[in-house]
Amino acid sequence: MDAIISIQNLAKTYDGGFEALKDINLDIAEGEILALLGPNGAGKTTLISTICGLVTPTSGQVTVGGHDIIHAFRAARSLIGLVPQEITIEPFAKVIDTVQFSRGLFGKPRNDAHIESVLKSLSLWDKRNARNQTLSGGMKRRVLIAKALSHEPRVLFLDEPTAGVDVTLRKEMWELVRRLRDDGVTIILTTHYIEEAEEMADRIGIIDKGRLLLVEEKARLLHDLGRKELVLELGAPLNELPASLAGFNLSLSEDRQHLTYEFDAHAERTGMTRLLGAIAETGLSLKDLSTRQSSLEDVFLKLVQDGHSNEEAGE
Amino acid sequence: MNWQGILSIYRYEMNRTFRTLAQSIVSPVLSTVLYFVVFGSAIGSRIDTVDGIPYGAFIVPGLIMLTVLQQSVTNASFGIYFPKFIGTIYELLSAPLSFIEIVIGYVGAAATKALMIAVIILITSAFFVDLTIAHPVWMVTFLLLTAISFSLLGFIIGIWAKNFEQLQLIPLLVITPLVFLGGAFYSVSMLPPAWQTVSFFNPVVYLISGFRWSFFGVSDVPVVISLLAISVFLAAGLAVIWVIFRTGWRIKA
Ligand SMILES: Nc1ncnc2c1ncn2[C@@H]1O[C@H](COP(=O)(O)OP(=O)(O)OP(=O)(O)O)[C@@H](O)[C@H]1O
Ligand SMILES: [Mg+2]
Repeated sequence: MDAIISIQNLAKTYDGGFEALKDINLDIAEGEILALLGPNGAGKTTLISTICGLVTPTSGQVTVGGHDIIHAFRAARSLIGLVPQEITIEPFAKVIDTVQFSRGLFGKPRNDAHIESVLKSLSLWDKRNARNQTLSGGMKRRVLIAKALSHEPRVLFLDEPTAGVDVTLRKEMWELVRRLRDDGVTIILTTHYIEEAEEMADRIGIIDKGRLLLVEEKARLLHDLGRKELVLELGAPLNELPASLAGFNLSLSEDRQHLTYEFDAHAERTGMTRLLGAIAETGLSLKDLSTRQSSLEDVFLKLVQDGHSNEEAGE
Repeated sequence: MNWQGILSIYRYEMNRTFRTLAQSIVSPVLSTVLYFVVFGSAIGSRIDTVDGIPYGAFIVPGLIMLTVLQQSVTNASFGIYFPKFIGTIYELLSAPLSFIEIVIGYVGAAATKALMIAVIILITSAFFVDLTIAHPVWMVTFLLLTAISFSLLGFIIGIWAKNFEQLQLIPLLVITPLVFLGGAFYSVSMLPPAWQTVSFFNPVVYLISGFRWSFFGVSDVPVVISLLAISVFLAAGLAVIWVIFRTGWRIKA
């Protein structure tokens, strides 16, 4: 894989002495969708802002398309489109003028056909002559996306693109992101919605307290860290676990109707055959059984919690 | 150089001006007329001539300078403060633009607007008094240098300011008094000797004196010194801009 963005030993300490990024190392492949997950204040926006030139790194190196973001900032930034987390837009200007302005800033000659297609793809063409302040929040966010796409970037940063966006629009946005990826644009997005990362991303990075805890293929992440549960619905309520089942990793539900068996889906032996055999011997009747794969959300919570408890243990 | 980028900023800023065209033109024209009524007619009827120039004509260069200084500072400071305030500055900072290119875009637009208003005042004045311009090339030179220097100052103020009060503080507290005490409406030679000495510490005296010389061929201080003063001012502005650029002061975290 060819890295379009390469981050080495990146650290950022803000003026007040706060360490927002600590030793970040990350390669982002051309054409992939990378989702950055992390709780509030994790450093997602700081990371994006550093790559885009809004925040000066304290140490480390970042290249975009092989160009250093400090020494070759022009070449590096020309490749980047940024959609910021906050909706910041000139209230009195017209939609089309703001978008044209963005293209100009990036040194690109006027191209009305391109601007038209961008606005159309974001359902903003009808609003092109409206003043920004007359748009709804979701439309404003789309104007920000149009601005970022106006100069035909090869890398697009979307900082919480779907925050405060309704379900229909969110689906449309996902659609747009996929289309951009099909056109070869590399996309880095941050989100608090795990389902969004699960839905969209090729790879997922998890940041907490300025550290990149993990970056992994989405499928692999779910695979590696995925715990599976086998839920057994009992024919009759059970007061307590029979002694012969005590050796299994079983738990009885509150309503005494369900037994849950937790296992590693990818282990050599799941122990399921042995369990079912043991259950048959006890004579318990089963009404139903189902398995459940843990979601990214569980994985995420576990990682972040582990991180916190490690830290506490260390202190 | 990203000329396309500079041009985009320049055009965008000029559009902002044209959106409020009425205000931009009406208010300087109105205040010019008022100055003529108050100073030109009321006082002028008693003073007659200063340095051999009819009083009404004498105040024209000062009036233009007053407006150019105020307009340059206000336009440029507001121009860069506004994106900082509403947050759209992210776009300037993430574009392949150097700080110097951003400065050229904003300062260029602010200076252009100030010059346009200078021309409007000049034309308005021509309705009230007979004007002759002895050294037109020098007149334009002085105007240009002043507009650029003070737009630079405005840009610096806009970057420095943390709120609207600070943004208005310097124009109000520094520029206006300096201009009024800078011989806009009188000749420094009319002051008592002690005050003449004090006046020579006021940089605006040199600007107005030089500018007036380009109209009438008479000045309070030698023209060379005026030219030197404005050049020093311009250089100081550029130096401060350079320092800001080097340190990313108050625009980048
Ligand atoms: N300009 C700044 N000066 C000082 N500290 C800052 C600055 N900007 C951000 N921080 C701090 O850095 C940390 C990371 O902030 P950042 O905005 O990168 O978080 P985030 O992961 O984007 O969070 P969110 O999900 O809430 O958007 C926070 O603790 C924040 O308070
Ligand atoms: Mg953020």
